[in-house]
Amino acid sequence: MSAHRPNSLRTGPDESGHFGIYGGRFVAETLMPLVLELERAWREAKADPAFWAEYRALLADYAGRPSPLYRAERLTAELGGARIYLKREELNHTGSHKINNCLGQILLARRMGKRRIIAETGAGQHGVATATVAARFGLACTIYMGERDMERQQPNVFRMRLLGAEVRPVRSGSRTLKDAMNEALRDWVTNVRDTFYLIGSVAGPHPYPAMVRDLQCVIGEETREQILAAEGRLPDVLVACVGGGSNAMGLFHPFLDDREVRLVAVEAAGEGLETGRHAAALTGGSPGVLHGSRSYLLQDEDGQVLEPHSISAGLDYPGIGPEHAWLRDMGRIEVATATDREALAAFALLGRTEGILPALESAHALAHVVELAPRLGPEALIVVNLSGRGDKDIYTVARAMGVEL
Amino acid sequence: MTGRIERRFAALRAEGRAGLITFLVAGDPDMPTFEHLLAGLPAAGADLVEVGMPFSDPMADGPTIEEGYGRALKAGTRLADVLAAIARFRARDHATPVVLMGYYNPIYRYGVERFLADALRAGVDGLIMVDLPPEEDRELCLPARKAGLHFIRLLTPTTRGPRLERVLEHASGFLYYVSITGITGSRAPDLAEVEAALAEIRRHTALPLAVGFGIRAPAQAAAVARIADGVVVGSALVRTVAEHLDGAGRPRAGLDEAIFRQVRALAGAIRGVTRE
Repeated sequence: MSAHRPNSLRTGPDESGHFGIYGGRFVAETLMPLVLELERAWREAKADPAFWAEYRALLADYAGRPSPLYRAERLTAELGGARIYLKREELNHTGSHKINNCLGQILLARRMGKRRIIAETGAGQHGVATATVAARFGLACTIYMGERDMERQQPNVFRMRLLGAEVRPVRSGSRTLKDAMNEALRDWVTNVRDTFYLIGSVAGPHPYPAMVRDLQCVIGEETREQILAAEGRLPDVLVACVGGGSNAMGLFHPFLDDREVRLVAVEAAGEGLETGRHAAALTGGSPGVLHGSRSYLLQDEDGQVLEPHSISAGLDYPGIGPEHAWLRDMGRIEVATATDREALAAFALLGRTEGILPALESAHALAHVVELAPRLGPEALIVVNLSGRGDKDIYTVARAMGVEL
Repeated sequence: MTGRIERRFAALRAEGRAGLITFLVAGDPDMPTFEHLLAGLPAAGADLVEVGMPFSDPMADGPTIEEGYGRALKAGTRLADVLAAIARFRARDHATPVVLMGYYNPIYRYGVERFLADALRAGVDGLIMVDLPPEEDRELCLPARKAGLHFIRLLTPTTRGPRLERVLEHASGFLYYVSITGITGSRAPDLAEVEAALAEIRRHTALPLAVGFGIRAPAQAAAVARIADGVVVGSALVRTVAEHLDGAGRPRAGLDEAIFRQVRALAGAIRGVTRE
């Protein structure tokens, strides 16, 4: 861990897990002793060079890091503006940035002597990464996934099962990511003694938002070195999609104190913000408490959580990580949105210009770049986090195009 | 403090028996039906009534209570309606303690100060909050105590050692021991384990101790009544509501009598157990 400057934005959360008014530990008493134990274990692991050595070795030899920073020349030419770089997280083992976090948490689970891993998943990327590390370390694994997400992410459901995980369908609520997280919390409260809950985003009770961030910061740390090597200077803008916000936080955090670098989080506007059918918590939500922390939340005026909508299962979540909420209130991150339709267009564009099919989640970030790049001059540098690959989404894209597979 | 909770537990102690605490979801399946049930609970044998405040994402509840919350929300139940229903109950019943149970977000959204004032005015006696552990006491527990409402703590099988002191620090009214690690309406508790836990807790506090989660049948309630000061039955009653709805979710004739019969049976079993 690097030393921080005074007035750094990188020192949060405070001891009680708060980023300003956000964050905290809003969990049932049954879980609270375990959450405290986890916090202690993470503090110890973080201070242990052996932990980081093993983590870094796995990132290199198992996940295939560092992931390249790729200069997308045809996309740059097509959009006619800023020079665009793609951070190729989709090239990691399991096909997304999720593996970075999973490798760190599975090492922690092993240190804590836990024998069983549970996780929630939306798009299935976190579920696949969790099933993968559970197989690698020989631990039992149960994944909760909304029934609706299982329908639209069939390849990932099958991958998880091939990796030996049990995938339990969740039939409550909107049958998507939020409901999968409710169900995972119910499992955890029931099997609190032997089970490790491997949360996939910078959400949940403290210490998860900070821990997942720390384990994803490798994205931004590598990006900094790579862009300095390629261009001799820092980028002007970093762009990433946000559902819970882990790929964005991993990219942004190492740049928080470089105030000249703009950070843009792109939320899913679904069928359009005006329709109410979207998943844009920072843009269309208000502060609320769900899944263990206070953050921006899509809710009605009575505090009931609204069902989000996005074509991308990984962004289809009514909340956002608490540190994002704080950074947005501070004005450090900018928030943009992209609709289902804009994401689909960006998905096709990257395939056509660069021969890369991005995950529909990452396509939201690209959709914003399509707007942004032409407005910046050719000397401007944009880095987009290509957080996942699009193979899992071909059924959804085919359906949107009216093609039957 | 209103004193109704203290007076009720003192009376129970004088009678030498445990109290029956019934749980229903406010507005389930609709507000008029719920209010009719609530009004009849004390006569059927409920010593305290616990009222669930509907929430869209009840993470510590099993399917039975989650569906009850879902029915109440579908019927348009809002937090203000819940408080209005309690006020109407309180106008006719000045003695039975009413405890609201639920999740924090609807209260946070309503506004903590406004909620506490309205709850006190409605005649609420205490709050049980699933997702507010002692670490978050500044949110609602301390303001509630200051306003004169009891903050009833949940203790669980994982609340051990030094943590017990922490959880008891701002506890008031009575304590609610969650008999299992798990969600509402799931497996039945192991009574020997519960008894050992209660003995440990009693070494640290003189507050009355109620036990809930997984208690359904009168015989089970009687067994818990031997070791606890209060017995909470929730999912079993909410299931009875669910079983007396027609295809469109409207209450069928006989719902009220089914609930009252069930409460009478539970109360009878508990009252059959005398303690020294």
